[in-house]
Amino acid sequence: MRNISTFSKGGVHPADRKELTCTKEIVRLPTPKHIIIPFSQHLGVPANPIVKKGDIVAAGDKIGEAAGFISADIHTPAAGTVSEIKEIFLPNGMYTKAAVIAVDETGSLELTEKRDWKTMDPHQIVAEVKDLGIVGMGGATFPANVKFSVPKGKKAEYVVINGVECEPYLTSDHRIMLEKGLEVLEGALIIAKMVGAPKVYIGIENNKKDAMEHLESLITAHHLPIEIQPLRLKYPQGDEKQLLKAVIGKEVPSGALPIDIGAVVSNVGTAQALYQAIVYRKPLIERVVTVTGDAIRDPGNFLVTIGTPIQDLIDACGGFREQPEKMVAGGPMMGFAFYDLQTPVMKGTSGVLALTSKESRKEVTTACISCGRCVAACPMGLQPTRLYKNISVGNYTESLGLGLLDCKECGCCAYVCPAKLPLVQGMRLGKNMSRKMKK
Amino acid sequence: MSEENIMYRIESSPQIRHADSTARIMWSVVLALLPAGIWSVVNFGPYVLAVIAVSVITAVVLEYLLARLMGRSTIQDGSAVLTGLLIAYNMPPGVGLFIPIIASAFAIAVVKWSFGGLGANWINPALAGRVFVFFSWTGAMTTWKAPRFWSAVDTTSGATVLSTVKTSLLDAEGIISGPAGLLGDLGYQSTAFARQAASWFSDTLNIGVSPIHIDLFIGTVPGSLGEVSALLLILGGIYLAAKHIITWHTPISYILSFSLLIWIFGGVQYGTGLFSGDVLFHLFSGGMMLGALFMATDMVTSPTTYAGMIIFGIFTGFLTFLFRIYGSLPEGVSLAIIIMNIFVPMIDRYIQPRRFGVVKQRSQA
Repeated sequence: MRNISTFSKGGVHPADRKELTCTKEIVRLPTPKHIIIPFSQHLGVPANPIVKKGDIVAAGDKIGEAAGFISADIHTPAAGTVSEIKEIFLPNGMYTKAAVIAVDETGSLELTEKRDWKTMDPHQIVAEVKDLGIVGMGGATFPANVKFSVPKGKKAEYVVINGVECEPYLTSDHRIMLEKGLEVLEGALIIAKMVGAPKVYIGIENNKKDAMEHLESLITAHHLPIEIQPLRLKYPQGDEKQLLKAVIGKEVPSGALPIDIGAVVSNVGTAQALYQAIVYRKPLIERVVTVTGDAIRDPGNFLVTIGTPIQDLIDACGGFREQPEKMVAGGPMMGFAFYDLQTPVMKGTSGVLALTSKESRKEVTTACISCGRCVAACPMGLQPTRLYKNISVGNYTESLGLGLLDCKECGCCAYVCPAKLPLVQGMRLGKNMSRKMKK
Repeated sequence: MSEENIMYRIESSPQIRHADSTARIMWSVVLALLPAGIWSVVNFGPYVLAVIAVSVITAVVLEYLLARLMGRSTIQDGSAVLTGLLIAYNMPPGVGLFIPIIASAFAIAVVKWSFGGLGANWINPALAGRVFVFFSWTGAMTTWKAPRFWSAVDTTSGATVLSTVKTSLLDAEGIISGPAGLLGDLGYQSTAFARQAASWFSDTLNIGVSPIHIDLFIGTVPGSLGEVSALLLILGGIYLAAKHIITWHTPISYILSFSLLIWIFGGVQYGTGLFSGDVLFHLFSGGMMLGALFMATDMVTSPTTYAGMIIFGIFTGFLTFLFRIYGSLPEGVSLAIIIMNIFVPMIDRYIQPRRFGVVKQRSQA
C-alpha cells in the first residue's frame, strides 16, 4: 500500500454519518410488480424508446436506444408487458419519458454463460459496454463506452478506480468493495485492458480501512497488478480531478479531461457492473443503493432492480421513524431533493436520504459578509463569492473569465457559506445563461 | 403524484449546510468580547454599563429603522449589536453619553446603511464611528478615568500610558530604558499586584518584566473601556480561533509585523538604538489587542483570501507602527485599520487564488 495522500486545495469536512449503514450488508430487494424505467438515466441525450404500450419484453431486453454520441442504451431488468409510456419528473428536474412495465412471475434474468474477458479484444469490450448500457455509477452517469474510448493521439497510462465515496452518508461503494471485492478488482483490470493502461490504482479514503485491507489481501492472494492508494478524509476527493491530484499528483488542466494527463477514472460500482456485464453479458439493470438518514427507521444497503419506486426501498427499511423534512436522491452534497416517493431508482441513484429538519435545517439567507470561507473551500481555486456577485447582476462574461466553467457544483462553497447564499444554484444559472449567450 | 406527497422541501444542492451562520458568527464575537466588558465594569465602575447600553441600543434601533426603510429585516443577524458593543469598547470610561450615541448613529447610518447595510460597507463601522467622534470631541475622547485598583492619588484624570509616554518623550533627554523606564522616572504608580508579580517573574523565572507590563496585560491601567485588558481580549481571540470564526492570518501577521518594527525601531527615540524596542509594552497597550483580534478581523472589511489577509495584516502593522511612534497622536490602531480597509478591494483584485489546473494566471484586472 502506498503512503496516505490527499488533494491540496480547498475541500470541506462535513460529518460523514456513514456509521448509520457502513456495517449493513447488501440485501437483495425483490423486483416489484410494477417498475418505471426512465429513458434518461445518464448524462447526455435521452435514449429513444423502442417499445410501445402493450409490447411484451423479456428480462434484459433493450427498450431504449442511445440517441447520440453521449447517450446510453436502456434495458428492462425484468420480463413483462409495457403497460404505459408516460412522462415523469426526475429528481434533477428533468421531465422525461419512462416505460412502466407490469412484471410477470418469470421475471428475472438468467445468467448462464461465464466468459473469460482476458481473451476478448479491447474494441469488442468497448462495444459491449455500450451495448449493455453501462454508465458511470458514482452519480454523474457519464456513458462508460465514451469514457473508455481513448481518443486518437491520446494515451492512457493510469486507470484510477474511485473508491473514495466522499459524499457523507453513502456506503454503497464501501459495501461493494467489501462484498464484491474481486469483481471490482477484475473490473478495474478490464478497464485497464480496454484503455491500454499499464498502471491501475484504487483510491480509498481512510474511513474505510476494512475495505482497504480486504482489497489488499485479494490483490496479494491473486497476484493482481493493482495498487491501493489510501487517502486522507476530505470532500470532494471523489471528484476525478481531485482524485487524480491525490493519487498521481497531477492536475487536469482547466477545460481538459483526465485522459489529457493520461488517466482514466472509474467508480468502484462501475467497475463491478462492468465486470458483470463483460463476464456474464449482463446489462446494467440493478445497483446498490444506500437508504439512510435520521428519518429512516432501519437504514441499510440494498441491491435494487432499476425502476423500483423509492417508496419500496423505504418500506424495506421499516418506513420512516419521523416525518422527513427533505428527501434526497444521491449524496447530501450533490444529490437532488425530490418530492415524489414513486420516483424510480435509476443507474445513478447511489443513495436515498430521508433527512430530518435537524439534519437539513431551513436556513435564512443574509447578505454576503465577504468572510472568504467559500474561497478557502473551493477545490478549484475559484472565488465563489465574486462569481456569485457577478452572476447575480448578469455579468456573465466577467464570470467566465473568473473560471465559472471550472465549477463542478461540488457544493463546498454553499456548504460553508454563513450567509447561506444559494451559491451552487447561482453557478448553474451563470453557466446556463452563458451557454444561451453563445447561441 | 398525489397531493399528500408534496410535503418535502426542495432545494438546490448541497442539501446540508455547515452550522455556522452570519448570526452565529456575530453572536460568537459578542460572546468573545463579554469578559473584557465585564472587566471594564469592575475596573471603571457601573457607569460604563450606561455607555455600553446607549451604544448598543442606538445601533440596534437605527439598524431596525433603516432596514425597515429598505424593506428588510436584519437585526437578528447580530451585526448591529456587535457594532454598538465595539463602539462602546472604544470610548473612554467616563465619556458623556451623547458621544457614543453619535458614534453609533454615524457607524450604522452613514458608514453601514448608506452603502447598503451589512456586507456592503467598505470600512469598519465601529472604527469609523470612533474616529468620527474622536476628531469631533477630542477633549472628551482623551479624558481618562483611573482604574479602581490604582493607589494613585489622582483618580479622575489619569492619562493612558501611551499618551503619557508620547508627551514626556518630547521633553526627554539622554538615554532612557524604554517606555517602562520613562514611566518609572515620571513616578508612574503600578498596582501592588503588578509589582509583586514582576518581582516573582524576575526572582523565580529570571524573566525581566516591569510592573507596567503586568498592569497592561491584566488591564489595571486607564484606557478605553474595552481595550485595557490584553489578557481577556486574547482569551476571546483564542475562543474565536478555536471555533474557526477567525483565522490566524490577519491577527498574527498584523501582530508580527508590528512587533518586528517596534523591536527594530522602537528604541531609537529612547536613545537605546536599533533592535531595542519594547515589544510587550506596545502589544499590550492602547487598542492593539482589540484592534488586531476583533477589528482587523472584521470579515466584511478584510480580504477574502488568506494571502490577502496576510498582506492586509502586514501593512496594518506597518501603519500602526508609523502612527504610534512617529505620529502626533499616541494611538494608531484605528486609523491604520481604517486606511487598510480602503485598500481591501485592491488587495482582493490583485491577490487571487491560483486556479486548479491553470498554470500561468494572467491578472484578471
